[in-house]
Amino acid sequence: LSRERLDEDTWEEVEDTLITADVGVAPTQELVERLRTRVRVLGTRTPEELRALLREELVALVDPTLDRTLHTDSHEESPGVVLVVGVNGTGKTTTTGKLARVLVADGHSVVLGAADTFRAAAADQLQTWGERVGARTVRGPEGGDPASIAFDAVKEGIAQGADTVLIDTAGRLHTKTGLMDELGKVKRVVEKHGPVDEVLLVLDATTGQNGLVQARVFAEVVDITGIVLTKLDGTAKGGIVVAVQRELGVPVKLIGLGEGADDLAPFEPGAFVDALIGD
Amino acid sequence: MFDTLSDRLADTFKNLRGKGRLTEADVDATAREIRIALLEADVALPVVRAFIANVKERALGAEVSKALNPAQQVVKIVDQELVQILGGETRRLRFAKQPPTVIMLAGLQGAGKTTLAGKLGHWLKKQGHTPLLVACDLQRPNAVNQLSVVAERAGVAVFAPEPGNGVGDPVKVAKDSIEYASTQQYDIVVVDTAGRLGIDQEMMQQAADIRDAVHPDEILFVVDAMIGQDAVNTAEAFRDGVGFDGVVLSKLDGDARGGAALSIAHVTGKQIMFASNGEKLDDFDAFHPDRMASRILGM
Ligand SMILES: Nc1nc2c(ncn2[C@@H]2O[C@H](COP(=O)(O)OP(=O)(O)OP(=O)(O)O)[C@@H](O)[C@H]2O)c(=O)[nH]1
Ligand SMILES: Nc1nc2c(ncn2[C@@H]2O[C@H](COP(=O)(O)OP(=O)(O)OP(=O)(O)O)[C@@H](O)[C@H]2O)c(=O)[nH]1
Ligand SMILES: [K+]
Ligand SMILES: [Mg+2]
Ligand SMILES: [Mg+2]
Repeated sequence: LSRERLDEDTWEEVEDTLITADVGVAPTQELVERLRTRVRVLGTRTPEELRALLREELVALVDPTLDRTLHTDSHEESPGVVLVVGVNGTGKTTTTGKLARVLVADGHSVVLGAADTFRAAAADQLQTWGERVGARTVRGPEGGDPASIAFDAVKEGIAQGADTVLIDTAGRLHTKTGLMDELGKVKRVVEKHGPVDEVLLVLDATTGQNGLVQARVFAEVVDITGIVLTKLDGTAKGGIVVAVQRELGVPVKLIGLGEGADDLAPFEPGAFVDALIGD
Repeated sequence: MFDTLSDRLADTFKNLRGKGRLTEADVDATAREIRIALLEADVALPVVRAFIANVKERALGAEVSKALNPAQQVVKIVDQELVQILGGETRRLRFAKQPPTVIMLAGLQGAGKTTLAGKLGHWLKKQGHTPLLVACDLQRPNAVNQLSVVAERAGVAVFAPEPGNGVGDPVKVAKDSIEYASTQQYDIVVVDTAGRLGIDQEMMQQAADIRDAVHPDEILFVVDAMIGQDAVNTAEAFRDGVGFDGVVLSKLDGDARGGAALSIAHVTGKQIMFASNGEKLDDFDAFHPDRMASRILGM
C-alpha cells in the first residue's frame, strides 16, 4: 500500500494481498466490503490508515479471544491423548515429533503411537523422532490395524503412568471414505480408554482452497479441536485458515516453522496477520 | 460452494439472448466470472490476469455474440485456451543415448517425490528397463528406509550407501550412483532428493550440486495438486534454483481443482508430464490436459 491517497488501485492492492495469501475470493470480497463501509464511516484518507484497518479486521477474523490452549495434561487415571490427523504429506509425523519435544522439555513423559501402518517406513520415522526427543514409540506390524495400535499406545501410556500419548495417523485424502471410516474407528477405539483430549488437524500452509474442504470433512469424521498450520517458513501465507476458523470455529493452535525439533510455535493472531499482509 | 463457470456465466448472459451484440459491460461481467472461477480453482492471480486478457478478445468476438448459447460458447473458449496452455508441446521422457538415463526429482517437502520414485521405477520396469532408485534425501528422518521399502515394493533396485537422518553427503551419493549404475548395468537412475523450500538458498544450492554431479536427462518438478497461490513462487524458485524439464502433479486423486497446473504451465512453459493419483505404485498416469482443464473449470 504505497500510494498517498485511497483510489481504486489501493483497493485492488488490498484485494490482491488477500487473494495471493489464499484467503479465498468470497472471504476477501466480504472483508473488502466491510472495509469500504468502515472507510466511509470513519472518513479514512490514507493508505496507511487503511492498512491499519485491514489489519484490525483480519485480526478480528482470526479472533484473538479463541481458546488456543493445547489439552495434553493427564487425568487422574489416564494420560492426555492427542490424535494427529490430516491429508498426505502435510507434516503430521514431524509435528508429532516436535510436540513430543515440547512436552518432554516441560518435564512430561510422553508415549508415541505409530498408527500409520501404511506409508513406507512411517513407524520408523516416528520412532526416530521419539528417540531424538526422549519418548517411547508403540508400533505394530506393517499393514496392521491402526486402531489397535492406537489402543495399545494409550494402554501403554496408562501402564507407564505417562502424562501424554500422541498418536500419529496415516495421511489420507478426505475424499476416501474407506480411509476416513478407518480414522473414525481409530478414534472410537481409543475412546474405550477415555476421551481423546485433542484432535489436531495438520494443514500445510501451501494448501489453497481445498484446505477448507479438508477441514470440513475431518471435522465431521473426528471432530477436530485444533489446527496446526505447517510450513509457514516458506513463502506461503496459509490464508486458508481464516476461512477454516470462520466456518468451523476451530482455532489454529500451533504453527510449524521448519523441519527441526524446535520449529513448532504457538499461533499468534497478530504475527500471522502481519506476515499475511506483508510489510 | 463452488459454482461452475457455466452456472455463473448462464446468470451473466441471462438477459443477453436476442440482443445480438455484447456490450462492454457484458464482457466485463464475463471476465469477472471467469476470474472468480479460476481463483476458486487456485489458479495464481497473475496467471488469472494474463489468461483473462487473452480470452477477453475472443469473448468480445463474433463467435460469442452470434452464439445461440453465449455462456456455453465462452466456457468453450476458456476450456480451449486452458487445454492449449496445459498441453503445450507434448513430449515423452527423454532417454540418454549412452545409458544410464538420469531422472532427478525435486520439489517442496511432502510433495510426493519418494512415492513417485517408486511409481517411476515400477512403470519403467514394466517397460523392460532396469531402473535404480538413488537415496539422496539424507535429511528427513528415515527417508532412506522409505525409499528402500518403496523400491522393494516396486521390485526394483535401490542405491542407498548412506543411512541418512543427517549422515552422509547427498552429492557424493548421487555421483557414485552413476558409476554404480554403469558397472551394474542399470539403464535408468532415478534420484530422490530431500524436500526443500524455494527460499532455502543452501538447500537449493545442494539441489544444483546434485544436478551437476549427475547431469540429469530429465529433472522433474513434483508438485502437490492442492497447492494454492504459492505455486508460482515455488515453481519460479525451482526453475531458477535447479531448473526443471517437466512437471509431475501429485495427489490428483483428491478433489482439489488443481489450478496450480495452469499457474506452473503458464509461468514456466514446462510440460506437465505425469499425474500421480494415489498412494499405490500403479496410481500413476500420463497427464491429460483436457481432463485437467475440465477439472479446473469444475466440469
Ligand atoms: N519447511 C517445513 N517442512 C516441514 C514442516 N513440517 C513438516 N515438514 C516436512 O514436510 C515433509 C512431510 O512431513 P511429514 O511429517 O512426514 O508429513 P506427514 O503428514 O506425516 O506425511 P504422511 O504421513 O505421509 O501423510 C517432511 O519433509 C518434513 O520434514 C514445516 O513446518 N516446515
Ligand atoms: N493420495 C495420494 N497420496 C500421495 C500421492 N503421492 C504421494 N502421496 C502421499 O503423500 C505423502 C508424502 O509423499 P512422499 O513421497 O513421502 O513425499 P516427498 O516429496 O518424498 O516428501 P519429503 O521427502 O518429505 O519432501 C505420503 O503419504 C504419500 O503416500 C498421490 O498421488 N496421492
Ligand atoms: K510464510
Ligand atoms: Mg506421517
Ligand atoms: Mg521424500
